[in-house]
Amino acid sequence: MIEIRNLTKRYDETTVVDDVSLTVETGQIAALVGTSGSGKTTLLRMINRLVEPTSGTVLIDGTDTATIAPHILRRRIGYAIQGHGLFPHRTVGQNIATVPTLLKWPEAEIRARVDELLELFQLDPAQFRDRMPHELSGGQQQRVGVARALAARPELLLMDEPFGALDPVIRAKAQEDLRALQRQLGTTLVIVTHDMEEAVALGDRIAVMDKGRLLQYGPPDEILTAPATPFVQALIGEGERPFRLLSLSTVADLVQPGEAPGPAIPPEASLRDALAECLWSGRELLPVEGGGIVTLARLRECATGAGAATT
Amino acid sequence: MTDLASPAGTASTPAISRPGLLFAALGFVGLVVPLVQFKANRIVLGEGVLLPGALGAAGWLLAAAFAVGLLAGISARLDYRLRLLIGCAGVVAALLALGATAQALTPPDNNMARVAPATGFWLLMLAFALMATDALSRMHLSLAQRWLMLAGAGVVIGAILWSGWLDGVSVMREYAARKDLFWREAWRHLILAFGSLGAALVVGLPIGIGIYQSPRLRRPVLGVLNILQTIPSLALFGIMIPIFGWIAANVPGAASAGIAGIGIFPALVALFLYSLLPVVSNTLVGLNGVSPAARDAAFGLGMTEAQVLRGVLLPLALPVIIAAVRIVLVQNIGLAVIAGLIGGGGFGTFVFQGLNQTAMDLVLLGALPTIALALIAGIALDLLVEALDRHKPERTEA
Repeated sequence: MIEIRNLTKRYDETTVVDDVSLTVETGQIAALVGTSGSGKTTLLRMINRLVEPTSGTVLIDGTDTATIAPHILRRRIGYAIQGHGLFPHRTVGQNIATVPTLLKWPEAEIRARVDELLELFQLDPAQFRDRMPHELSGGQQQRVGVARALAARPELLLMDEPFGALDPVIRAKAQEDLRALQRQLGTTLVIVTHDMEEAVALGDRIAVMDKGRLLQYGPPDEILTAPATPFVQALIGEGERPFRLLSLSTVADLVQPGEAPGPAIPPEASLRDALAECLWSGRELLPVEGGGIVTLARLRECATGAGAATT
Repeated sequence: MTDLASPAGTASTPAISRPGLLFAALGFVGLVVPLVQFKANRIVLGEGVLLPGALGAAGWLLAAAFAVGLLAGISARLDYRLRLLIGCAGVVAALLALGATAQALTPPDNNMARVAPATGFWLLMLAFALMATDALSRMHLSLAQRWLMLAGAGVVIGAILWSGWLDGVSVMREYAARKDLFWREAWRHLILAFGSLGAALVVGLPIGIGIYQSPRLRRPVLGVLNILQTIPSLALFGIMIPIFGWIAANVPGAASAGIAGIGIFPALVALFLYSLLPVVSNTLVGLNGVSPAARDAAFGLGMTEAQVLRGVLLPLALPVIIAAVRIVLVQNIGLAVIAGLIGGGGFGTFVFQGLNQTAMDLVLLGALPTIALALIAGIALDLLVEALDRHKPERTEA
């Protein structure tokens, strides 16, 4: 669990992060969203003390981070950034082994861990271990960057726009993979993004920041249905809001008894997919695999936020 | 980039290599001006002798062979390997021809007469050496092959000198007269060039790292080094003679520590000062060139300041720092000649002695090894930089 208490960062006259407090539960994903200059990256970098706070404290599992030497603290916290930041003069294997090497793990254990991670990220160890970073595609580099961050099994992972340099198709896949991986490992994750869609897709909770202040901190549906300020509302994007809301829930949440003709939709599909299917095939009712139906009318209700599909 | 004079599609017109044309022109001028100078003794002006004039029929044959080689180089269709071969053969042949003319022209028991290389020899060497390097640069050889080339060139030229074939040539006669001194000054020259480089690295690297970490110091430090760089070398020596002379005379222990107004000490100091700017500025440029993401990641993953510097920043800046070593080494090998003026030793000793005695052969004895040393150092370090740059994406070459 990370507790951020009254964290403030001031450079001379300008306040970059202004009295921010928030808590991230163990095993959860917190997404920090905001425009550039909102202070989200500075807030993230104060967690592993790449930036020293002017005032306030950060507690990780109850321990004040200020009491631990910065480099020791950072070896316990995974860190992945935009543009991956791989060391261009070291092989993929050496890059991934960075933190275990710093922690002086035995040689054999490091090798085994590198191969394990490469496999976890669907990169064949024999093929990729000894390659140089520039020989990899953008998506592969990004995966190696995350693998490096996870190498020493940190309980907390910080990510700063990790998918910023990827094209949209690869990005969606990378987000999905990260989400699955995080569920599997149970890592607590704090991720910085300027993209509300990414925040909604990944975050268990979303923190919206502007001009150094925390405007709202809550689960995605709360942010979408009850934006605290006009700025949060603007950031969501009024036109996009219904679709974002629909993408939060699955067909299983909305299924009702009944029968309908035509191809069935899987229950784990998002409501957004269901709406798209209705509109494309011109149907009012969709059968759900395993029985039941969803109706276009219910989908419309959910899109306004009134239906509150998530219960 | 095309060196074909013919328009595309007209294969019937002979294709002409423009560099080849230039090399041939240089070479032909070399063939019609005197190859060597015959002098009654080492300080008088001599008379020019052409290749056939010295060697008779063999000379005509040799001249014809040179001409054929030069003419072949004009054709753009000539394979680069063949071009390289002709270039190398031409250089070796020119050296051998020089030795042969010296042997033929020197009267048997005459110790005073001198046969010195003249314009013709230098132009022939230049023409063929250019032909060889031009071919080399277009062959895209691997690093290992280029190292071999450098070593091979050294071995061949060393063997020709060692064989005694050139012993009749004036420069080698000057060498024979002061063999021991030559090697002592050669050693001195290396100490001057490498010693000042070493000192500049020991002092310059930390300064470069320092101004990288505190940008506020950059302007003043680089400013001072820039000013140092603009002082003419002779003036710098002039300034140092009284300063170090005074220190040696007045500071106890200074003189016994080797500090003196003249000699090798002020020469080393001057070369060191000139080396500082390239070392410091390239260190800064190299460190600044490291991707901010890699640096940020290094800190974020828990490396200490020293680990980031040693493990990430310096290795990534190394090619640029080695480039500075190259600049400094080549510059210092050349500048060290001036140390001869203030008794600092090195090849400059022969240059200035030769100038005083109007004995150009003695000047050459100092100048030629200096040029050779600078060339070897420059090429070797270029190859080293390239080897270190391997982790970067390959340059796409046309």
